[in-house]
Amino acid sequence: MSKVLMKGNEAIGEAAIRAGSLNYFAYPITPQSEVAEYLSRRMPEVGGVFLQGESEVAVSYMIFGAAACGERVFTTSSSPGISLMSEGISYITAAECPAVFVNIMRGGPGLGGILPSQADYFQATKGGGHGDYRLLVMAPASVQEAVEMVMQAFVLAEKYLNPVMILGDGLIGQMMEPVEFPEHLKVEPSNKDGWATSGMDTRKSSHRNLVKTLYLDPGELNAHNLKLKAKYERMQREEIRYETYNLNGDYEILIVSYGTMSRVCRTAIDNLKESGLEVGMIRPQHLFPFPGQAINDAAAKKGCRAVLSVEMSMGQMVEDVERSVIGKCPVHWYGKCGGEVPTPEEVMGEIRKIIE
Amino acid sequence: MGKIFQKPEALSDTITHYCPGCTHGVAHRLIAEVIDELGIHGRTVGIAPVGCAVLMYNYFTCDFQEAAHGRAPAMATGIKRVRPDLMVFTYQGDGDLASIGLSEIVHAANRGEKFTTIFINNAVYGMTGGQMAPTTMPDQRTTTSPFGRKPSEVGMPIRMAELLASLETPGYIVRQTLVKPKYVTRAKKAIKKAFMYQMENRCFSMVELLSTCPTNWGMTPVAATKWVEEKMMPYYRLGEFKTPEDD
Amino acid sequence: MQSEVQFAGFGGQGIMLMGQILAQAAMQQGFEVVWIPSYGPEMRGGTAYCTVVAADRPIGSPVIRNPMHLVAMNRPSLEKFAPTVKPGGVIFVNQSLISIEAGRDDVDVISVPIIEIAQKLGNIRAANIVALAAFVARSKIVDFEILRETVKGKFAKKEKLIPLNMKALDEGRKVALG
Repeated sequence: MSKVLMKGNEAIGEAAIRAGSLNYFAYPITPQSEVAEYLSRRMPEVGGVFLQGESEVAVSYMIFGAAACGERVFTTSSSPGISLMSEGISYITAAECPAVFVNIMRGGPGLGGILPSQADYFQATKGGGHGDYRLLVMAPASVQEAVEMVMQAFVLAEKYLNPVMILGDGLIGQMMEPVEFPEHLKVEPSNKDGWATSGMDTRKSSHRNLVKTLYLDPGELNAHNLKLKAKYERMQREEIRYETYNLNGDYEILIVSYGTMSRVCRTAIDNLKESGLEVGMIRPQHLFPFPGQAINDAAAKKGCRAVLSVEMSMGQMVEDVERSVIGKCPVHWYGKCGGEVPTPEEVMGEIRKIIE
Repeated sequence: MGKIFQKPEALSDTITHYCPGCTHGVAHRLIAEVIDELGIHGRTVGIAPVGCAVLMYNYFTCDFQEAAHGRAPAMATGIKRVRPDLMVFTYQGDGDLASIGLSEIVHAANRGEKFTTIFINNAVYGMTGGQMAPTTMPDQRTTTSPFGRKPSEVGMPIRMAELLASLETPGYIVRQTLVKPKYVTRAKKAIKKAFMYQMENRCFSMVELLSTCPTNWGMTPVAATKWVEEKMMPYYRLGEFKTPEDD
Repeated sequence: MQSEVQFAGFGGQGIMLMGQILAQAAMQQGFEVVWIPSYGPEMRGGTAYCTVVAADRPIGSPVIRNPMHLVAMNRPSLEKFAPTVKPGGVIFVNQSLISIEAGRDDVDVISVPIIEIAQKLGNIRAANIVALAAFVARSKIVDFEILRETVKGKFAKKEKLIPLNMKALDEGRKVALG
């Protein structure tokens, strides 16, 4: 299949269709409104569902209702919109329904800005809504990777009966890159007869299904939370994904960075190499589960003097990096979150400062 | 000899947790009878609210989802859009539908979503212990309006049926009550009509039911029934406010 | 090898389209490419920028502060971005709207009265294609014939406009090489 040049937002919408999710509910918000614009034209062509909801709150429950029926469904939004959806996300997680949420992050807090940001790391990986829940969080660094992650997200959501979040920064949505849609990533939906409220006639069953999140009995609620916890632990065993860069030889500094920011770091690493300074990088592709062991191993390598978390936030992922390094060497943070993406030169300057 | 009275198939054997004199049980039974009569048990999905009826799925035998507070119409929208062949109803109280979920119900009705809402209006928050609702009557005492609802401070009660009937989108909007047998018969007709409009894929439908809450009103069931007739019915007029044939 | 082109001008001058056509052509030629727009309130203010990066290896940072080349379609863009261009690059100046100099002697400056040329061709809306052709012919960032095919493809749904745009390509190249 030949490559096509596509804007990230449009490619994300198309990827979901190619993955067999023909149901999309959304509320417009910059910088990802092109997904809704694209799908408002595209869904009718493929016989799918497109609906612009009245708010992100409502959209999250449209997703819940549809997901609870066993249909593949997804939405896209940006930071303030995800805050509003967080209520629904907590319920969907508690109800153990598969669904895909895409957050094309913009600057916060509050209305913040509309330029690229990675300041929703905590929100995505540590909660956002109430209660003990986790999302499987995937962080693409290119339009092609966004396509592949969206396609895989539906399968993972069904594997774990848990929402999956694609966490991209504004640039992932806004930039155009060549993409292809790998056929092999389209996987048939799982059988949901055991739990989905698809109608007893549909399942040819006399047993009704109930999708709920209320457990008034303390023992039952605790058991429910233990069941969810076991799923998150399974994710930690089976779904850690990361990429390494310049990690085979010796390096003085280890960078941990994800998304667009990691590409800037790659350029910085290339430039520093020319001047004789070796820097390695681990790029988490999944932010939850987090590649803690890999980071620990890399930080413990002889010659590694410090670890630097580079992120477009005021220091969020760095907390997980510190938790992973556990004192093996000093951990630093560098980032900006006004919307200006740090340049390779700025990252290089930061690294030189640490070396001195 | 044939049976002349039995429990609808759509209802389970579970004993309800509702208070004596509460009309939730009557409303449940009417919905269950309609589901049986229309033969839609195997393709019906109910959506339980947050409120006294949160556990209503224990009393029904069809598929059920449990919503967050006020969001049932959005969930119903999600279901109907992806599975238009399913019959979907939401069951919501006045705090759920007229307060926290006002946006969801208005927009679902305005889009003409093809599901049915049963709206239980008992002028008070029941489950949380008798706080003021948007439908609480002027001067009515609740735990958060201990001196009586003051319209000068919190406005007049919202008439949801009239509000939704004002939308231009075709719909079936009706208000009935459950406090006397003659009204119950009319309420059942309204519920059946609402479900039939949905079956025909005609329009959004809402049946508002004026109901009692003897516990939180601090009244006997008989006094509560009288209060609905004397205080609520003059303000909340019974009848059909909109039918799809109007347009 | 990596080159970066900054396109900048007023909204409505076809800035985004020029960048997309170049990105498409570069992809056709086998390069890795990224196209990055400015977005949001900047769009409302009447200015439009986009950047195209083309490289023979995976593109690292998509954020470019110092591009190799600049296509300046109005005066504020030239003033803002001319100082950022790397030495040895090409600065294209829309001579129809810009009366000042680029102010650089370490780059290749090419000034073309694109609006007048497009007018002569019969439609001023082809001005951006004249500019793109002149820039590509001078910078040789992509093969001109691939550019031609890409432009044809872009107008596939408005076939009537193809002859006009082919002429615009030829005129742009002629000026740039003449």
